[in-house]
Amino acid sequence: MGSGPRTPFENPVVEWVDSRLPIFTMMQKEYGVFPTPRNFNYFWNFGAIAMIMLVLMIVTGIVLAMHYTPHTAMAFNSVERIMRDVNGGWLIRYLHMNGASFFFIAVYIHIFRGMYYGSYKKPRELLWILGVLIFLLMMATAFMGYVLPWGQMSYWGATVITNLFSAIPVVGESIVTLLWGGFSIDNPTLNRFFALHYLLPFVIFAVVFLHIWALHVVGSNNPLGIDTKGPQDTVPFHPYYTIKDTFGTLVYLVIFCFFVFFMPDALGHPDNYTPANPMVTPPHIVPEWYFLPFYAMLRAITFNIGIPFTEIVIISAKLGGVLVMFGSIALLFVLPWLDRHPIRSARFRPQYRIALLVWLAVFAFLGYVGSQPADAVKFGIPLSYLGLLGTIYYYGFFLAILPYLNKHEKGRDLPPSIHESVLKGSA
Amino acid sequence: MASNTKADHGHPQDGETRRDFLQLTAAAFGAVGAGVFAWPLVNSLNPAKDTLALSTIEVDLSTVQVGQSITYTWQGKPVFIRRRTAQEIADAEAVDVSTLRDKQADKDRVQKAEWLVVVGICTHLGCIPQGQKTGEIKGEYNGWFCPCHGSAYDTSGRIRKGPAPLNLPVPPYTFLSDTLIKIG
Repeated sequence: MGSGPRTPFENPVVEWVDSRLPIFTMMQKEYGVFPTPRNFNYFWNFGAIAMIMLVLMIVTGIVLAMHYTPHTAMAFNSVERIMRDVNGGWLIRYLHMNGASFFFIAVYIHIFRGMYYGSYKKPRELLWILGVLIFLLMMATAFMGYVLPWGQMSYWGATVITNLFSAIPVVGESIVTLLWGGFSIDNPTLNRFFALHYLLPFVIFAVVFLHIWALHVVGSNNPLGIDTKGPQDTVPFHPYYTIKDTFGTLVYLVIFCFFVFFMPDALGHPDNYTPANPMVTPPHIVPEWYFLPFYAMLRAITFNIGIPFTEIVIISAKLGGVLVMFGSIALLFVLPWLDRHPIRSARFRPQYRIALLVWLAVFAFLGYVGSQPADAVKFGIPLSYLGLLGTIYYYGFFLAILPYLNKHEKGRDLPPSIHESVLKGSA
Repeated sequence: MASNTKADHGHPQDGETRRDFLQLTAAAFGAVGAGVFAWPLVNSLNPAKDTLALSTIEVDLSTVQVGQSITYTWQGKPVFIRRRTAQEIADAEAVDVSTLRDKQADKDRVQKAEWLVVVGICTHLGCIPQGQKTGEIKGEYNGWFCPCHGSAYDTSGRIRKGPAPLNLPVPPYTFLSDTLIKIG
């Protein structure tokens, strides 16, 4: 981005601009000739796909904001007006609604890709941390966006999540009052959530910029998890990966459009088409699907933690649940220091691979537990116990299995280089 | 240049100079200034005066039958008023207080044993427990049951089972007459 040596452009207009602000040189360097490992598989599409989804969310969101009214008396009706009266409003809202889900799908696959191929390891720790920060910002943005239609799930989801902060000792209640701007979720809350829901995507965009900047300093990881050793291991980003990313994005958008046009409410909850009613809690409050595993961990802690055989409670069940839920994301931030094994890719770490795939299954199972009522019983076992078991594995994977494997997993022999593996057809 | 500065302005032998002091002081004042500026912005998010003004309501109890429950809105929150049956009062009073999670005797939670007045917000994460209307699930202890995360309250509004840490809070209220109360 500096003013280093520059090759002049032939087009005089481009050259005039570039000699004053070398933006074309920068694009050429970072997206044209940028050397990229030659052995990417389709998992490497999901960063680009997530970026496309972010842009789609911002564009549709700005248009929706022009038709939406952030007031408790009018919000629900203004959304219904978008659906019925605004020209093409139904399409814009369904793109935004399902876009949130498909943004999360892309990001979850992107995160899992990073975990499977060890992309968080040195020298990409900061790149990974910025990614987890984006994920956290996305969760906040999605949560506040879900409040805006002011349906029953909006209202009660917001009530449950903001009440999490009341678990903080001493200042919890004051924080909740501050968040609400009142003594319950009400108009001030809706108004500020709208302001923040509009702001945060641009913050996400800025962090994505840093994420990509950090990526372009250290370069991409690859399915073998070994470093590139020279030009024989890389191809220029354009046209090889611009085309591969475009193809993957188009396939993804076809699936996305199938949801938008044929089952737009499949990922939502029908209760949110009932206007918010502060006097009636729906019998079964569930968050959007992408929060379910974390919701299950929140509900898994149903017991106080205190000094045994006394009445002294150190951590109440409520605070415990909140700590476990936020802790599950805090673990992701420190993952580069929990997994210190020298081999990156799970392809050469059979034991890590199994533990990680079990972790994935447990994460999905926690999602199922989160979707069920709190007192549900399956096969004679209360689901909250299974949720607790799942939570223990989630934590155990990071805090016990990874440190154990650091010392005891031998791993398979790494191939000498990327191009040799590619030529042998095994990359 | 650097050595000159040290010689002119400070005590190079302990590695600190007057310039360091001035920089730290300036930075500290800057931080305090930013905090002073941020506070009104943060405080503006606290409840506004019109929100605070909605503070008290009066409730007429004359039409409430024994065993019946009514719900009123106070400060945006539902208040549960239950005219308890003799059996419900007896159940609430018979509980050994030392076995409770949030230890409170029934007599400390009511002004007149027949009338239980509590804020109907689950102390776990703020859902409205069921059990006010006929036909709703009242939970194992015949009081209220929160459908969100399964907390059960007894006929004194005390937490008995589930994740909620505390009893349903009793709002400040006074009996203006035998059949009229003021909440708030």
